[in-house]
Amino acid sequence: MLSIIVFLPVAVAAGLLALPRLGDNAVRWTWIAASAVELVLVLGVWVGYDPAAPGYAYEVNRRWIPSVSSGYHLGVDGLSLPLVALTAVLFLACAIYSLRQTQRIRSFAALFLFLETVCLGLFVSLDLILFFVFFDLSIVGMYFVIAGWGHKGAARAALKFFLYTFVGSLALLLGFIGLYLSAEPHTFDIAQLAEQNPLAGQGVAGTLVLLALVVGLAIKTPTVPFHTWLPPAHTEAPAAGSAILAGVLLKLGTYGFVRIAMPLLPDTWRRYAWVIVIVGVLSVLYGALVALAQRDFKRMIAYTSVNHMGYIILAIGAAGLIATSNEQAHDLAVAGAVTQMVSHGLITGALFLLAGVLYERGHTYDMGSYGGLAASAPRFAGLTAIAAFASLGLPGFSGFIAEFQIFTGSLGATPVATALAFLGILISAALFLRAYQRIFLGPPRAAGGTTDLTAPETISIAPLMVLAVVLGLFPRFLLDVIEPAARTLGDLVSR
Amino acid sequence: MEGMMTQELGLLLPEIFLAASAVLGLLIGSYLPRRRQWLIHVLAALACLAGLASTVLDWLEPSTAVFEGSYSVDIATNATRAVVLVSVLFVLGLTADVRSHKRETEFVVLLLLSALGTVILAGTNDLLLLGAAYLLASVPLYALAAFAKDSPGTEAGLKFYLLGALLGVTMLFGIMLLTGLSGGTDYPTLADGIPDAPTAAAAVGVIAVIASLLFKAGAVPAQFWVPDVTQGARPPVGAIVTTIPKIGAAVALYRLVAAPLGLASLDWPLLFAVLAAATMTLGNLAAFFQSDVRRLLAYSTISQIGYLLMAVAAAGRSTLALPSLLLYLAAYAVTNLGAFAVVCALPGARTLTDYSGLRRHQPWLALGLTICLLGLVGTPPTGVFAGKLTVFTAAFDAGFVWLVVLAAVNTAASVFYYLRWIAPAMRSNPTTIEHAEPRAATTAYLAAPASVAVGILAGPILAVFQGNILIS
Repeated sequence: MLSIIVFLPVAVAAGLLALPRLGDNAVRWTWIAASAVELVLVLGVWVGYDPAAPGYAYEVNRRWIPSVSSGYHLGVDGLSLPLVALTAVLFLACAIYSLRQTQRIRSFAALFLFLETVCLGLFVSLDLILFFVFFDLSIVGMYFVIAGWGHKGAARAALKFFLYTFVGSLALLLGFIGLYLSAEPHTFDIAQLAEQNPLAGQGVAGTLVLLALVVGLAIKTPTVPFHTWLPPAHTEAPAAGSAILAGVLLKLGTYGFVRIAMPLLPDTWRRYAWVIVIVGVLSVLYGALVALAQRDFKRMIAYTSVNHMGYIILAIGAAGLIATSNEQAHDLAVAGAVTQMVSHGLITGALFLLAGVLYERGHTYDMGSYGGLAASAPRFAGLTAIAAFASLGLPGFSGFIAEFQIFTGSLGATPVATALAFLGILISAALFLRAYQRIFLGPPRAAGGTTDLTAPETISIAPLMVLAVVLGLFPRFLLDVIEPAARTLGDLVSR
Repeated sequence: MEGMMTQELGLLLPEIFLAASAVLGLLIGSYLPRRRQWLIHVLAALACLAGLASTVLDWLEPSTAVFEGSYSVDIATNATRAVVLVSVLFVLGLTADVRSHKRETEFVVLLLLSALGTVILAGTNDLLLLGAAYLLASVPLYALAAFAKDSPGTEAGLKFYLLGALLGVTMLFGIMLLTGLSGGTDYPTLADGIPDAPTAAAAVGVIAVIASLLFKAGAVPAQFWVPDVTQGARPPVGAIVTTIPKIGAAVALYRLVAAPLGLASLDWPLLFAVLAAATMTLGNLAAFFQSDVRRLLAYSTISQIGYLLMAVAAAGRSTLALPSLLLYLAAYAVTNLGAFAVVCALPGARTLTDYSGLRRHQPWLALGLTICLLGLVGTPPTGVFAGKLTVFTAAFDAGFVWLVVLAAVNTAASVFYYLRWIAPAMRSNPTTIEHAEPRAATTAYLAAPASVAVGILAGPILAVFQGNILIS
């Protein structure tokens, strides 16, 4: 089942490339249909998933490279299932949003379907090599999206993105090899490694391996000080590319923390959790402050992503600090981190698509060139307002649920850091309100077009906001899946 | 005695096929009219296929040493045979350049002879045979480098010859010295003799032998010929010299480190680790701002040899060293030939800017090029990724953590220059490229998926390559 979910999109992509006579419209609808089928399949998996059952669901474990004990091992649990669902939702939204895409639609669709396979594959991988394969392919896929369909400075931004994140992936690979060699018998299997806890009590080796993993994942996430690839990549990427980059690809990093770094190196993680907390708080504050200073709408959203990822890092750092002393707070922080991953994916995905709409109308992201759009484009203004409020964590939206859990879970562990991170919310409230005012309120300015959202734009963006509200009001169906997994992770980390 | 001799010859069928087809090809070729010389290609291809079949049969047999232990038919030799023969088949697909050339037969014969030399280089357990194989693997290539008889080719051939002759003489000196010190030329005798011999004298001898193999592999400090020959000679010749001799040389180095030097007092693995580090770094740095695609590929092959030498450094210290070396060689050969196939398919495009807009007229060729170049970077799930993964693991296991870190940094840096080629090729701006040579293009279409297949099938391939070398 999982194999079908993972490889269906790439099979469709191969089909699209192999049938050059298919018309552009047929390509668009095939893409949408494939993404919709994916979503249905993922929903089927969700319905059939029993959160109370231990271990992984829908597990597949085949031999792949037995000489290095690396297998084709797939499975979902409460940490990965929400992200799998998020991936399916966002890729469908991007497929619908791209209905108006005209430039080389066939390659564009094939590339996105390929990326969907890669992202889904990463979330369900239970083998380090398989994880790494998908991790690296996500870089390649996104490179071509940015380089091929980006704005003016895309070539440079894409190169920076590739080099930067590739360095991260190699650091990750070094860490994986370290884990492999320290395990007895040697293995790349995540489940076995989590059971063995191979580097327990080995000070220096554990520290170095954790360092390699954290650097690799922190670049992907990204956190301060490894975030510098993110703003240019986002600014130059096409709207759908940005939505996927922020919505799904950044989660590959944070997911790596909860899937690999924490359970596989529990005692080292606990020892250095304070470093993680500091990195998290710095990302929160730095991201928010720099976002405040932006005039470019898309760049601003990019920096708020750094800020939002900071909350996740803070939560998992704090979780490491209190894993042994306060189980309940630990579970709360981890559940908050995973909820934040989903929530950020929905909200920021929507914001980037809205930024794409803005660019479509006025051919610039400069907020100073717009004004009074609310009068001529009420639906656009309304959706952006909802997305902005959701992003700053207003109650009633998914972001609030996530951040509430994160802060409640972390406060006991690191009161000072949590208080500082709280400031981040204030700053992001200020920056979103100011940006909204500039673009949508006040007297109309020259740049903004007058047309409101088209049907595909509305149909792609509105459901993301509806989901954010549903999660904000009725979070139980998500938390019921996440919380048992957070408890399992707590047991692993507190060893 | 006679029965044993026949049996031993039976184990050497792949080598015999290569030698026989070279001799036969030369004879037949002299009587064939120019437009029928393609028959020699068919003969060579048949010889390779027959060689592959007998290699598979040999694989099922237990490892044996033939000719009084001077030549091993073991996993390393069989893997080398398979990789070299497949490489020759790919190269035969790139030779549209010499179609109906008046020396077409000679081209194929020289290719077969150098392939034979490289296989023997990989299999030998004896310094004298190593010397002979070195010459057999080198001399045909000097001629091939100057095949076009144009001035860049002649210059390339001369440089290649001078450096090769110098290191050939150095090698003979080393062989002489080591024979004198240990009283024999076969590896077991050397393994016994070298530890007792005066360290300095033994070191000089070993270094002289190693240097010549590094020349064949195109590794530091004997890498100077690689860019000049690759750029100066015809594109198919560039493909040959950067692929085929490296396979034999890398395996020969592995054999040398694993057997006679295993017990030596000097830290030979460390020397190879340093050589690997220098080779990969120098190759990468030099490739950075190349604008000629063949020169860029030449430096890229130097850096690849650096990664390969990591497995040599890990010889005897990690069970993964030999399988990883052979896997990397197989993946590298296919991927590198795939990249060269694209170059051969577009003879008009010489610089990176010439490739601008390739996607527009030759989308599949652009895709093949992208796959091969990303493969050379080591992007999963291509073969070179699997090779790198296992080689890195072997070196890590052998205690060379610093080398693995350096190799990772180098890999990341290499992305830059491969992307300098991929990026213009994937753009869709107007271009001068319209026509692609069909046979070389077909070869590229075969090599690119093959390079991915090696990665996906890494499990079974590694299982086949598992084992140890046989020292008589």
